[in-house]
Amino acid sequence: MTMKRDDCLKALARQRTGEIVVAVYKAAQEWIQIAPHPLNYTFTGAMGQGSSHGLGLALGRPDKRVVVLDGDGSLLMNLGTLVTIANAAPKNFVHCVLENGTYETNGAVPIPGAGKISFSAFARAAGYPKTYAISSLEEWERELGTILHEPGPILVDLKVEPAGKYAEDFPRLYDLKHREAFGRALRESR
Amino acid sequence: MQPALSAAEIIREIKRAGIRFIVALPDRTTSEHLLKPMLEDPDFRVVQVCKEDEGLSICCGLYSAGHRALLLMQHTGLLDSINALRGSGVEGRNPVCMMVGLLQLEPGVKPTESKRYGLRIVEPVLDAMKVEHHLLQSDDDIEKMAPAIEKAYGTETPLVLLIATEPS
Ligand SMILES: Cc1ncc(C[n+]2csc(CCOP(=O)(O)OP(=O)(O)O)c2C)c(N)n1
Ligand SMILES: [Mg+2]
Repeated sequence: MTMKRDDCLKALARQRTGEIVVAVYKAAQEWIQIAPHPLNYTFTGAMGQGSSHGLGLALGRPDKRVVVLDGDGSLLMNLGTLVTIANAAPKNFVHCVLENGTYETNGAVPIPGAGKISFSAFARAAGYPKTYAISSLEEWERELGTILHEPGPILVDLKVEPAGKYAEDFPRLYDLKHREAFGRALRESR
Repeated sequence: MQPALSAAEIIREIKRAGIRFIVALPDRTTSEHLLKPMLEDPDFRVVQVCKEDEGLSICCGLYSAGHRALLLMQHTGLLDSINALRGSGVEGRNPVCMMVGLLQLEPGVKPTESKRYGLRIVEPVLDAMKVEHHLLQSDDDIEKMAPAIEKAYGTETPLVLLIATEPS
Protein backbone atom coordinates (compact mmCIF):
# COMPACT_ATOMS: atom_id res chain seq x y z
CA MET A 1 0.00 0.00 0.00
CA THR A 2 1.15 3.53 -0.72
CA MET A 3 -0.03 7.10 -0.26
CA LYS A 4 -0.43 9.66 -2.98
CA ARG A 5 2.59 11.91 -2.48
CA ASP A 6 0.65 15.13 -2.75
CA ASP A 7 -1.94 13.93 -0.19
CA CYS A 8 0.93 13.10 2.11
CA LEU A 9 2.45 16.58 1.69
CA LYS A 10 -0.94 18.27 2.10
CA ALA A 11 -1.45 16.46 5.40
CA LEU A 12 1.92 17.74 6.62
CA ALA A 13 1.04 21.25 5.44
CA ARG A 14 -2.18 21.18 7.47
CA GLN A 15 -0.34 20.32 10.69
CA ARG A 16 2.70 22.52 10.10
CA THR A 17 3.24 25.36 12.52
CA GLY A 18 6.65 27.04 12.63
CA GLU A 19 8.83 24.17 11.38
CA ILE A 20 11.67 24.58 8.93
CA VAL A 21 11.07 22.20 6.01
CA VAL A 22 14.04 21.06 3.92
CA ALA A 23 12.93 19.34 0.73
CA VAL A 24 14.59 17.76 -2.31
CA TYR A 25 13.57 16.75 -5.83
CA LYS A 26 9.93 15.70 -6.40
CA ALA A 27 8.96 16.40 -2.81
CA ALA A 28 10.49 19.86 -3.11
CA GLN A 29 8.84 20.65 -6.45
CA GLU A 30 5.44 19.80 -5.00
CA TRP A 31 6.01 21.13 -1.47
CA ILE A 32 6.77 24.68 -2.57
CA GLN A 33 3.47 24.71 -4.48
CA ILE A 34 1.41 22.96 -1.81
CA ALA A 35 2.86 24.80 1.20
CA PRO A 36 4.65 28.03 0.22
CA HIS A 37 6.39 29.43 3.30
CA PRO A 38 9.55 31.47 3.95
CA LEU A 39 10.92 28.66 6.12
CA ASN A 40 11.03 26.22 3.18
CA TYR A 41 14.67 25.36 2.42
CA THR A 42 15.29 23.82 -1.01
CA PHE A 43 18.84 25.10 -1.56
CA THR A 44 20.54 21.76 -1.10
CA GLY A 45 23.10 22.17 -3.87
CA ALA A 46 23.98 18.55 -4.59
CA MET A 47 22.11 15.26 -4.67
CA GLY A 48 22.03 13.40 -1.35
CA GLN A 49 22.80 16.42 0.77
CA GLY A 50 19.35 17.50 1.99
CA SER A 51 19.54 15.82 5.36
CA SER A 52 23.03 17.26 5.95
CA HIS A 53 21.80 20.81 5.30
CA GLY A 54 18.92 20.00 7.64
CA LEU A 55 21.31 18.81 10.33
CA GLY A 56 23.23 22.09 10.15
CA LEU A 57 19.97 24.02 10.51
CA ALA A 58 18.85 21.84 13.43
CA LEU A 59 22.15 22.21 15.28
CA GLY A 60 22.23 25.94 14.61
CA ARG A 61 18.64 26.53 15.75
CA PRO A 62 17.79 24.00 18.46
CA ASP A 63 14.65 26.04 19.20
CA LYS A 64 13.18 25.27 15.75
CA ARG A 65 11.99 21.88 14.55
CA VAL A 66 13.49 20.81 11.22
CA VAL A 67 11.57 18.43 8.96
CA VAL A 68 13.56 16.98 6.05
CA LEU A 69 11.69 15.62 3.02
CA ASP A 70 14.42 13.42 1.57
CA GLY A 71 14.32 11.25 -1.55
CA ASP A 72 14.99 7.52 -1.35
CA GLY A 73 17.61 7.73 -4.12
CA SER A 74 19.08 10.76 -2.41
CA LEU A 75 19.36 9.04 0.95
CA LEU A 76 21.03 6.03 -0.70
CA MET A 77 23.67 8.44 -2.01
CA ASN A 78 24.47 9.66 1.50
CA LEU A 79 23.68 6.78 3.85
CA GLY A 80 26.42 7.81 6.27
CA THR A 81 24.24 10.81 7.10
CA LEU A 82 22.10 8.47 9.23
CA VAL A 83 25.05 7.74 11.49
CA THR A 84 26.15 11.38 11.55
CA ILE A 85 22.65 12.52 12.52
CA ALA A 86 22.11 9.80 15.12
CA ASN A 87 25.49 10.64 16.64
CA ALA A 88 24.84 14.40 16.72
CA ALA A 89 21.40 13.54 18.14
CA PRO A 90 19.43 16.73 17.44
CA LYS A 91 16.15 16.48 19.34
CA ASN A 92 14.49 18.85 16.86
CA PHE A 93 15.11 16.72 13.76
CA VAL A 94 12.53 14.77 11.75
CA HIS A 95 13.89 12.91 8.75
CA CYS A 96 11.17 11.86 6.31
CA VAL A 97 12.05 9.71 3.31
CA LEU A 98 9.63 9.93 0.40
CA GLU A 99 10.00 6.34 -0.69
CA ASN A 100 8.64 6.16 -4.24
CA GLY A 101 11.10 3.37 -5.12
CA THR A 102 12.55 5.33 -8.04
CA TYR A 103 14.77 8.15 -9.17
CA GLU A 104 11.59 9.81 -10.33
CA THR A 105 13.22 13.11 -11.32
CA ASN A 106 15.51 11.26 -13.71
CA GLY A 107 13.08 9.07 -15.61
CA ALA A 108 11.69 7.01 -12.73
CA VAL A 109 14.33 4.30 -12.99
CA PRO A 110 13.98 2.06 -9.91
CA ILE A 111 16.44 2.58 -7.08
CA PRO A 112 18.75 -0.36 -6.35
CA GLY A 113 17.05 -2.69 -3.92
CA ALA A 114 13.63 -1.14 -4.53
CA GLY A 115 11.07 -2.80 -2.26
CA LYS A 116 13.71 -5.00 -0.63
CA ILE A 117 15.48 -2.52 1.62
CA SER A 118 14.16 -0.85 4.75
CA PHE A 119 15.01 2.78 5.44
CA SER A 120 13.54 2.57 8.93
CA ALA A 121 15.76 -0.45 9.68
CA PHE A 122 18.80 1.45 8.34
CA ALA A 123 17.95 4.33 10.65
CA ARG A 124 17.40 2.14 13.70
CA ALA A 125 20.68 0.36 13.07
CA ALA A 126 22.38 3.75 12.74
CA GLY A 127 21.07 4.79 16.15
CA TYR A 128 17.91 6.85 15.51
CA PRO A 129 15.92 6.46 18.71
CA LYS A 130 12.58 6.42 16.91
CA THR A 131 11.47 5.36 13.44
CA TYR A 132 8.20 4.92 11.58
CA ALA A 133 7.25 3.20 8.33
CA ILE A 134 3.96 4.62 7.09
CA SER A 135 1.98 3.54 4.06
CA SER A 136 -1.49 4.92 4.68
CA LEU A 137 -2.72 8.48 4.82
CA GLU A 138 -4.85 7.79 7.90
CA GLU A 139 -1.84 6.55 9.82
CA TRP A 140 0.29 9.51 8.70
CA GLU A 141 -2.39 11.98 9.77
CA ARG A 142 -2.80 10.21 13.08
CA GLU A 143 0.93 10.04 13.90
CA LEU A 144 1.86 13.52 12.68
CA GLY A 145 0.81 15.20 15.90
CA THR A 146 3.30 13.03 17.80
CA ILE A 147 6.02 13.12 15.14
CA LEU A 148 6.02 16.91 15.10
CA HIS A 149 6.47 17.12 18.87
CA GLU A 150 8.34 14.12 20.27
CA PRO A 151 12.13 14.22 20.75
CA GLY A 152 14.21 13.29 17.72
CA PRO A 153 16.04 12.40 15.69
CA ILE A 154 13.16 10.53 14.10
CA LEU A 155 13.09 8.81 10.72
CA VAL A 156 9.77 8.46 8.94
CA ASP A 157 9.70 6.20 5.89
CA LEU A 158 6.73 7.38 3.81
CA LYS A 159 5.66 4.90 1.12
CA VAL A 160 4.39 7.12 -1.68
CA GLU A 161 3.45 7.14 -5.34
CA PRO A 162 3.33 10.11 -7.69
CA ALA A 163 -0.02 11.86 -8.05
CA GLY A 164 -1.31 15.12 -9.42
CA LYS A 165 0.38 17.47 -11.89
CA TYR A 166 3.05 19.76 -10.54
CA ALA A 167 5.30 21.77 -12.82
CA GLU A 168 9.03 21.38 -12.18
CA ASP A 169 10.93 24.56 -11.43
CA PHE A 170 14.58 23.82 -10.63
CA PRO A 171 15.74 27.46 -10.82
CA ARG A 172 13.18 28.30 -8.11
CA LEU A 173 14.47 25.51 -5.85
CA TYR A 174 18.01 26.91 -5.89
CA ASP A 175 17.14 30.60 -6.15
CA LEU A 176 19.47 32.76 -4.04
CA LYS A 177 16.80 35.40 -3.39
CA HIS A 178 14.71 32.73 -1.73
CA ARG A 179 17.65 31.54 0.35
CA GLU A 180 18.23 35.08 1.56
CA ALA A 181 14.56 35.40 2.42
CA PHE A 182 14.79 32.09 4.28
CA GLY A 183 17.74 33.39 6.33
CA ARG A 184 15.87 36.60 7.18
CA ALA A 185 12.70 34.72 8.11
CA LEU A 186 14.68 32.37 10.33
CA ARG A 187 16.45 35.23 12.10
CA GLU A 188 13.10 36.87 12.79
CA SER A 189 11.52 33.62 13.93
CA ARG A 190 12.43 33.33 17.60
CA MET B 1 64.74 23.72 8.86
CA GLN B 2 61.11 22.78 8.43
CA PRO B 3 58.74 25.71 9.02
CA ALA B 4 56.49 25.17 12.04
CA LEU B 5 52.82 25.86 12.68
CA SER B 6 51.60 26.40 16.23
CA ALA B 7 48.40 24.49 16.92
CA ALA B 8 47.53 26.75 19.87
CA GLU B 9 47.88 29.84 17.65
CA ILE B 10 45.66 28.30 15.00
CA ILE B 11 42.98 27.48 17.55
CA ARG B 12 43.16 31.02 18.93
CA GLU B 13 42.79 32.41 15.40
CA ILE B 14 39.79 30.16 14.70
CA LYS B 15 38.12 31.52 17.84
CA ARG B 16 39.06 35.08 16.85
CA ALA B 17 37.19 34.48 13.59
CA GLY B 18 34.00 33.77 15.56
CA ILE B 19 33.90 30.06 14.81
CA ARG B 20 32.22 27.80 17.36
CA PHE B 21 31.16 24.84 15.23
CA ILE B 22 33.85 22.47 14.00
CA VAL B 23 32.81 19.83 11.49
CA ALA B 24 35.41 17.16 10.94
CA LEU B 25 36.62 13.96 9.44
CA PRO B 26 40.06 13.03 10.79
CA ASP B 27 43.11 14.01 8.79
CA ARG B 28 46.56 13.00 9.96
CA THR B 29 47.87 16.55 9.60
CA THR B 30 45.32 18.03 11.98
CA SER B 31 43.98 15.17 14.16
CA GLU B 32 46.48 15.16 16.95
CA HIS B 33 46.99 18.83 17.74
CA LEU B 34 43.87 20.52 16.36
CA LEU B 35 40.93 18.12 16.31
CA LYS B 36 41.67 16.27 19.55
CA PRO B 37 42.07 19.48 21.61
CA MET B 38 38.95 20.90 19.96
CA LEU B 39 36.95 17.83 21.01
CA GLU B 40 37.89 18.70 24.60
CA ASP B 41 37.36 22.45 24.27
CA PRO B 42 34.03 23.68 25.66
CA ASP B 43 34.18 26.68 23.30
CA PHE B 44 33.64 24.34 20.35
CA ARG B 45 30.85 22.03 19.31
CA VAL B 46 32.44 19.36 17.13
CA VAL B 47 30.25 17.51 14.64
CA GLN B 48 31.87 14.37 13.27
CA VAL B 49 30.86 13.32 9.77
CA CYS B 50 31.13 10.01 7.90
CA LYS B 51 31.98 11.69 4.58
CA GLU B 52 33.31 15.16 3.87
CA ASP B 53 30.56 16.36 1.53
CA GLU B 54 28.10 15.97 4.40
CA GLY B 55 30.33 18.40 6.26
CA LEU B 56 30.09 21.04 3.55
CA SER B 57 26.32 20.79 3.64
CA ILE B 58 26.18 20.94 7.44
CA CYS B 59 28.23 24.16 7.27
CA CYS B 60 25.67 25.58 4.81
CA GLY B 61 22.78 24.77 7.15
CA LEU B 62 24.67 26.32 10.05
CA TYR B 63 25.30 29.43 7.96
CA SER B 64 21.61 29.90 7.20
CA ALA B 65 20.98 29.41 10.93
CA GLY B 66 23.39 32.26 11.69
CA HIS B 67 26.53 30.37 12.73
CA ARG B 68 30.11 30.23 11.54
CA ALA B 69 31.75 26.84 11.10
CA LEU B 70 35.03 25.31 10.02
CA LEU B 71 35.30 21.97 8.23
CA LEU B 72 38.49 20.00 8.93
CA MET B 73 39.51 17.34 6.42
CA GLN B 74 42.29 15.87 4.33
CA HIS B 75 42.88 16.95 0.71
CA THR B 76 41.42 13.62 -0.41
CA GLY B 77 38.19 14.58 1.34
CA LEU B 78 38.16 17.90 -0.47
CA LEU B 79 38.57 16.07 -3.77
CA ASP B 80 35.70 13.81 -2.75
CA SER B 81 33.48 16.84 -2.09
CA ILE B 82 33.89 18.75 -5.34
CA ASN B 83 30.22 18.43 -6.31
CA ALA B 84 28.98 19.80 -3.00
CA LEU B 85 31.58 22.58 -3.22
CA ARG B 86 30.32 23.36 -6.71
CA GLY B 87 26.61 23.23 -5.90
CA SER B 88 26.35 24.54 -2.37
CA GLY B 89 29.59 26.44 -2.02
CA VAL B 90 30.10 28.28 -5.28
CA GLU B 91 26.73 28.24 -7.07
CA GLY B 92 24.74 28.36 -3.83
CA ARG B 93 26.98 31.15 -2.43
CA ASN B 94 27.63 29.59 0.94
CA PRO B 95 30.73 30.73 2.83
CA VAL B 96 31.92 27.25 3.68
CA CYS B 97 35.32 27.53 5.35
CA MET B 98 37.56 24.49 5.11
CA MET B 99 40.88 23.60 6.67
CA VAL B 100 42.51 21.02 4.49
CA GLY B 101 45.55 19.01 5.44
CA LEU B 102 48.04 18.32 2.66
CA LEU B 103 49.12 14.94 3.90
CA GLN B 104 52.71 14.02 3.01
CA LEU B 105 53.59 17.31 1.35
CA GLU B 106 57.38 17.37 1.17
CA PRO B 107 58.91 19.98 3.55
CA GLY B 108 59.49 23.34 1.88
CA VAL B 109 57.96 22.23 -1.43
CA LYS B 110 55.05 24.06 -3.08
CA PRO B 111 51.97 21.85 -3.40
CA THR B 112 51.97 22.29 -7.19
CA GLU B 113 55.55 21.00 -7.25
CA SER B 114 54.98 17.99 -5.04
CA LYS B 115 55.96 14.57 -6.31
CA ARG B 116 52.51 13.43 -5.33
CA TYR B 117 49.82 13.78 -7.99
CA GLY B 118 47.02 14.05 -5.41
CA LEU B 119 48.70 17.07 -3.84
CA ARG B 120 49.80 18.69 -7.10
CA ILE B 121 46.25 18.98 -8.41
CA VAL B 122 44.61 20.53 -5.32
CA GLU B 123 45.37 24.21 -6.02
CA PRO B 124 44.72 23.97 -9.79
CA VAL B 125 41.35 22.32 -9.12
CA LEU B 126 40.43 25.11 -6.69
CA ASP B 127 41.64 27.72 -9.20
CA ALA B 128 39.50 26.16 -11.93
CA MET B 129 36.53 26.38 -9.55
CA LYS B 130 37.45 29.96 -8.62
CA VAL B 131 37.57 29.01 -4.93
CA GLU B 132 39.79 31.19 -2.77
CA HIS B 133 42.61 29.33 -1.05
CA HIS B 134 45.55 30.17 1.20
CA LEU B 135 48.52 28.07 2.16
CA LEU B 136 49.46 27.97 5.84
CA GLN B 137 53.13 27.03 6.07
CA SER B 138 54.45 28.89 9.09
CA ASP B 139 53.21 30.88 12.06
CA ASP B 140 53.42 34.09 10.01
CA ASP B 141 50.55 32.78 7.89
CA ILE B 142 48.19 32.18 10.81
CA GLU B 143 47.10 35.79 11.16
CA LYS B 144 45.78 35.64 7.61
CA MET B 145 43.12 33.19 8.69
CA ALA B 146 40.61 35.40 10.49
CA PRO B 147 40.58 38.10 7.76
CA ALA B 148 40.17 35.42 5.08
CA ILE B 149 37.26 33.90 7.03
CA GLU B 150 35.76 37.37 7.51
CA LYS B 151 35.98 37.95 3.77
CA ALA B 152 34.40 34.56 3.00
CA TYR B 153 31.38 35.41 5.15
CA GLY B 154 31.28 38.99 3.85
CA THR B 155 31.20 37.85 0.23
CA GLU B 156 29.35 34.53 0.73
CA THR B 157 32.10 32.58 -1.00
CA PRO B 158 33.84 29.39 0.11
CA LEU B 159 37.38 29.39 1.45
CA VAL B 160 40.05 26.72 1.67
CA LEU B 161 42.93 27.00 4.13
CA LEU B 162 45.59 24.50 3.11
CA ILE B 163 47.77 23.17 5.92
CA ALA B 164 51.26 22.41 4.61
CA THR B 165 52.69 20.79 7.69
CA GLU B 166 51.46 19.17 10.88
CA PRO B 167 50.83 21.82 13.55
CA SER B 168 52.34 21.09 16.95
C1 LIG C 1 25.73 13.32 -7.98
C2 LIG C 1 24.51 13.23 -8.82
N1 LIG C 1 24.21 12.08 -9.44
C3 LIG C 1 23.10 12.01 -10.20
C4 LIG C 1 22.26 13.08 -10.35
C5 LIG C 1 21.06 12.99 -11.24
N2 LIG C 1 19.82 13.01 -10.46
C6 LIG C 1 19.13 14.15 -10.19
S1 LIG C 1 17.73 13.89 -9.37
C7 LIG C 1 17.99 12.24 -9.33
C8 LIG C 1 16.99 11.33 -8.70
C9 LIG C 1 16.69 11.66 -7.29
O1 LIG C 1 16.01 10.55 -6.73
P1 LIG C 1 15.27 10.67 -5.36
O2 LIG C 1 16.15 11.26 -4.36
O3 LIG C 1 14.68 9.34 -5.05
O4 LIG C 1 14.15 11.74 -5.65
P2 LIG C 1 12.83 11.64 -6.58
O5 LIG C 1 13.22 12.18 -7.93
O6 LIG C 1 12.42 10.22 -6.62
O7 LIG C 1 11.88 12.55 -5.88
C10 LIG C 1 19.18 11.90 -9.97
C11 LIG C 1 19.71 10.53 -10.14
C12 LIG C 1 22.62 14.27 -9.67
N3 LIG C 1 21.87 15.37 -9.72
N4 LIG C 1 23.75 14.31 -8.92
MG1 LIG D 1 12.78 8.58 -5.23
